[in-house]
Amino acid sequence: MTTLLEVSGLGITFGGLKAVQDVGFRVNPGEIVSVIGPNGAGKTTLFNMISGVYKPSSGTVKLDGQDVTGLDPFLLARRGLSRTFQNLQIFQTMTVLENAIAGFHLQEKGSLLADLLHLPSMKFRARAAETEARTLLNRVRLGNAAEKEASSLSYGALKRLEIARALALKPRVLLLDEPAAGCNAVETEEIDHLIAEVAASGTAILLVEHDMKMVMRISNHIVVLDHGEKIAEGEPAVVSRDPKVIEAYLGTEAAHA
Amino acid sequence: MTTKRVTLLILAIIVIASPFFFPSNFYYRVGSLIFVNGLAVTGMVILIGYAGQISLGHAGFAGIGGYACALAPVHLGLHPGLAAILGAAISGALAWAVGRPILRLKGYYLAVATLGLGILVSMVLANEAWLTRGPDGIEVPDLGLNDVLEFVGIDISNAQFWYFFSGLALVIGAWIALNLYDSPTGRALRALHGSEIAARTVGIDVARLKLQAFVISAVYASIAGSLLALQNKFITPEVAGFMHSIEMVTMAVLGGVGSVLGAFFGAAILTTLPQVLTVFQEYEQILLGLVMMLCMIFMREGLLPSILRALRGKDK
Repeated sequence: MTTLLEVSGLGITFGGLKAVQDVGFRVNPGEIVSVIGPNGAGKTTLFNMISGVYKPSSGTVKLDGQDVTGLDPFLLARRGLSRTFQNLQIFQTMTVLENAIAGFHLQEKGSLLADLLHLPSMKFRARAAETEARTLLNRVRLGNAAEKEASSLSYGALKRLEIARALALKPRVLLLDEPAAGCNAVETEEIDHLIAEVAASGTAILLVEHDMKMVMRISNHIVVLDHGEKIAEGEPAVVSRDPKVIEAYLGTEAAHA
Repeated sequence: MTTKRVTLLILAIIVIASPFFFPSNFYYRVGSLIFVNGLAVTGMVILIGYAGQISLGHAGFAGIGGYACALAPVHLGLHPGLAAILGAAISGALAWAVGRPILRLKGYYLAVATLGLGILVSMVLANEAWLTRGPDGIEVPDLGLNDVLEFVGIDISNAQFWYFFSGLALVIGAWIALNLYDSPTGRALRALHGSEIAARTVGIDVARLKLQAFVISAVYASIAGSLLALQNKFITPEVAGFMHSIEMVTMAVLGGVGSVLGAFFGAAILTTLPQVLTVFQEYEQILLGLVMMLCMIFMREGLLPSILRALRGKDK
């Protein structure tokens, strides 16, 4: 199987502080790889480097064998990488439907002149995007909220909307930053199913999630970060027994539980 | 009915029906001034309301549009109408060239950079007297369209002609802006306004789209400047001045920068209010300032959106 996402030696320094250093792993098509670690371990920073939000100080990110290190997010989107955000990044003043359609931007955009004059070519593209967006909203159970302003939705619903928007790009690699955070048990299970479904269609998924049950259940492979470094990786069963992981992360978690 | 149709219908009704209430010819003049300002402000709605970018220098483009109509007919032998198009092209090209570096800036940094651009244009217009005849201004040739109308049997005064011509320009400008709103480009502009980072992750080329909005709004300002110069048959560098830039932003924000109709009402109020307030003589400026402050304190979304919201609230 060819690797879709390959991260090697990735590191970044903020004002002399090594936030992440020398992190590497691979994600294959259809595989769900989770990145776990205590708060401040550098998970979101790692995501931001892979998705082009931050430019790494060292290391490389390869997408389908091509070096895409430090490429702007919009160029990565064109190469089939999309993501969601830990702190919601929703287009608040737009409707739910418009948020979903925005995910189809690459598919629906045409010439500026067609947009200014509402030429039939633009209407055709926009209508196609709208139809697909509605299907996608139904899939995340937001079909009934399509015409509502996004800011009126609950937190859990916005989380699903963000996943829908990311899925609109039909990504080959999908980065999900805490998709189930703030969701109740039912919502978490729904997201769980959704992720498994997307992975089954051949998308490579990289996941950051605090819900350990969910991580253990759906991940094929787990990468553990602590203080910006990879301290362990492997299958869920192996990682959860690793003494270093238990000490850094699961140990404290277990003590509280 | 869609917002687009309602807006266009209201604007068309205002343009056509208002003259029935005009006591004198002077009101045609005020009306056409409102429409010209409304057109420029519609451009600001695209830049500020859709894309969430600010410019405190857009009067510079109005100056370019105005002076193109004064200079191109004399020096290049162009028809004044074509001169307006040339002005729009120059404004668009300048906006494109300047926008690339400065649209990387955000918030007040962008405000200051665009402020500089506007000042630069007005300085050039005031100082290069060999070409522009300096601060005293320059006369602008007649568009000649009213003569054509007279020739085909439509006999209206110059003020009436410019009233309807500016009104038509406003309706066309509003139509284009409303088309843009509900199009892939408009959605992308509003998306980057909402969250630039999320816009990038869905594949939106943020730099390119901001530039497009900047160029489009510059063309609006330029054509408004041309219309102003052509109907006054005279133009001074003041049209490109700092105060005019501020006025354009204020009209947009006061009326409701998210909506084309709101921006038109902002333009209408700030164009007529000074005329109305002249009865208060030396207190005119103070009252104008006070009205603006109170509007923003109590109706921060702008006049029209706030009023609409209040009306909807009462319905319930």
